[in-house]
Amino acid sequence: MADSPLINVVDLEKTYALGSTTLKALDQVTLSIARSEFAGLVGPSGSGKTTLLNIIGSLDVPSSGHVEVLGMNIATLSHREAARLRNHHIGFIFQTFNLLPVYTVYENVEFPLLLGGVDVGERRKLVMETLAWVGLADRADSKPTQLSGGQSQRVAIARAVVKKPEIVLADEPTANLDAENSRHVMETMAELNRNLQTTFVFATHDEKVITHLRRKITLVDGKVVSDERV
Amino acid sequence: MLLLKLALRNLLGAGLRTWLNVLALSFSFVAIIFLQGLYNGMNAQAERASVEALYGGGQYWHPSYDPYDPLTLGDAHGPIPPALDSLIRRGLATPILIRQATIYPGGRFQSVLLKGIDPDQEILTIPAAFLKNGGAGIPALIGTRMAKTTGLKPGDELTVQWRDVHGTFDASDVVIVQVMRTIVPEIDNGQVWVPLDTLRKLTDMPREATLVVLRPGVPGPAAGGWTLRDLAYLLQDIRGLVRTKSISASIVYAFLLFVSMLAIFDTQVLSIFRRKKEIGTLMALGMTRTQVIALFTLEGALNGVLAAVVAAAYGIPLLGYVAAQGYGLPQATDTFGFAFGERIFPVYSAALVGGTTVLVLVMTTIVSFLPPRRIAKLKPSDALRGRMS
Repeated sequence: MADSPLINVVDLEKTYALGSTTLKALDQVTLSIARSEFAGLVGPSGSGKTTLLNIIGSLDVPSSGHVEVLGMNIATLSHREAARLRNHHIGFIFQTFNLLPVYTVYENVEFPLLLGGVDVGERRKLVMETLAWVGLADRADSKPTQLSGGQSQRVAIARAVVKKPEIVLADEPTANLDAENSRHVMETMAELNRNLQTTFVFATHDEKVITHLRRKITLVDGKVVSDERV
Repeated sequence: MLLLKLALRNLLGAGLRTWLNVLALSFSFVAIIFLQGLYNGMNAQAERASVEALYGGGQYWHPSYDPYDPLTLGDAHGPIPPALDSLIRRGLATPILIRQATIYPGGRFQSVLLKGIDPDQEILTIPAAFLKNGGAGIPALIGTRMAKTTGLKPGDELTVQWRDVHGTFDASDVVIVQVMRTIVPEIDNGQVWVPLDTLRKLTDMPREATLVVLRPGVPGPAAGGWTLRDLAYLLQDIRGLVRTKSISASIVYAFLLFVSMLAIFDTQVLSIFRRKKEIGTLMALGMTRTQVIALFTLEGALNGVLAAVVAAAYGIPLLGYVAAQGYGLPQATDTFGFAFGERIFPVYSAALVGGTTVLVLVMTTIVSFLPPRRIAKLKPSDALRGRMS
């Protein structure tokens, strides 16, 4: 069960229209990622890492090819089905944290549960447990502007994992953090991966992240050029 | 319910930006209700004053009488029909005889209407009782506007010339016994009031009248060719004028509403551009596009709700105070076109307040909905990058 693929990508292509020309962001990408993997899409800027991550997360659709996440074909999902997939099964962590600025730490972490219709008692329990786990239970009432970069990213991690998703997609999660905070954030995610068997997929070119990965998929110019297990 | 909660949270979290919009919108609420209330007050006051001083519960007109055609006045008199005479004897109606005349104030001449009224009548608020105080001369009553244009004051003598029933010119001096303060120009401008019996004698028109005013609430009987003019007919000029004046108010109303809606629209557009990443994040967290559109629309619409609350907080005491104290009008408004008091007491009906609130809320919701429609075309990945598709 641990090795059953959660994500299957076959001959994926993604092109963008740029005026009269087209840009091929992903070119014949084929890969699969199994449950509880701690994998990274690695490569220079413009290699297609974020595009691939967005398609896996149903934030974008393929131009051609087949992408299946948790048995669902991304290309054929309706907006509502895609939103449901993201809300129930996928957590996102962004480079710039993307915390909702007018909400407190508690409210930010609570948000996916609110959307998922979790009742108030269960919500409170899950949010406080998750905040305690990322070491921010005492900052529950703070606003994002009152947090450091490392704390903000830990809130984003808490928000991504509070609903206990099968998959967490993290786009350059340490790019705005110093070495110490990066290490702390990566250790937090690695621990979550070990404890809950959550599948993590990173898009990164940061060595501090790459050293933690157990699988490194290298993309160059939209193509997978290597796929190594560490 | 969730979206409402989130929208309220976002709106209140936006702080000063929200409260500036809310204040501007609440000002529109209060200003619109105040202006419309003022026009309602003018309308009510003009109608009430005209009814009390001139129209009573309706008027019977002599068949030849047409107030808009001075040439009819020569023939607009006749014996009062028995049905009306019966009402007059029981104090349920009062007759008025109207004749054209010329006065000579300060050596100039001026055409006037000479009106005879019973000094003992209690149906109209014209202070006719002063006409009992003429002494040896003929007592006459004029209004403040007439006194101002002729320079007459109580105690002054004035030469009046008229034609009697046979067309013969006659003249006499009258004594101004009182200058009445009235807000009804129709009993003031170019009019001299004298005792009815005196005018009947001077014109040789015994027991005759031009019109008969009913006491309010008295049903009008059939009156042998005399035409009953009810209040709907008599007040149509005033109502027409108020309607015309209301158009000016509506322009201000529309302008205030437009400015407020522009502020909301602008805020919504800016909000969507400034919060593209937030929109992307909301979608990434599991919100559908429809939910995001509804969230932004609700945020905008809630501006209207908050504005209504804020407007109520300061508007009710403020407008209540103005309604109780009245709104003082400058002297110049005396020429506005219809009866005006020195103070207007605005009338805020439930329909006005409710209608304005509903209109502003509906407009705010529509205006709030327009910019977020763009979100329907927005790909979550583009929004996260801060792009509009």
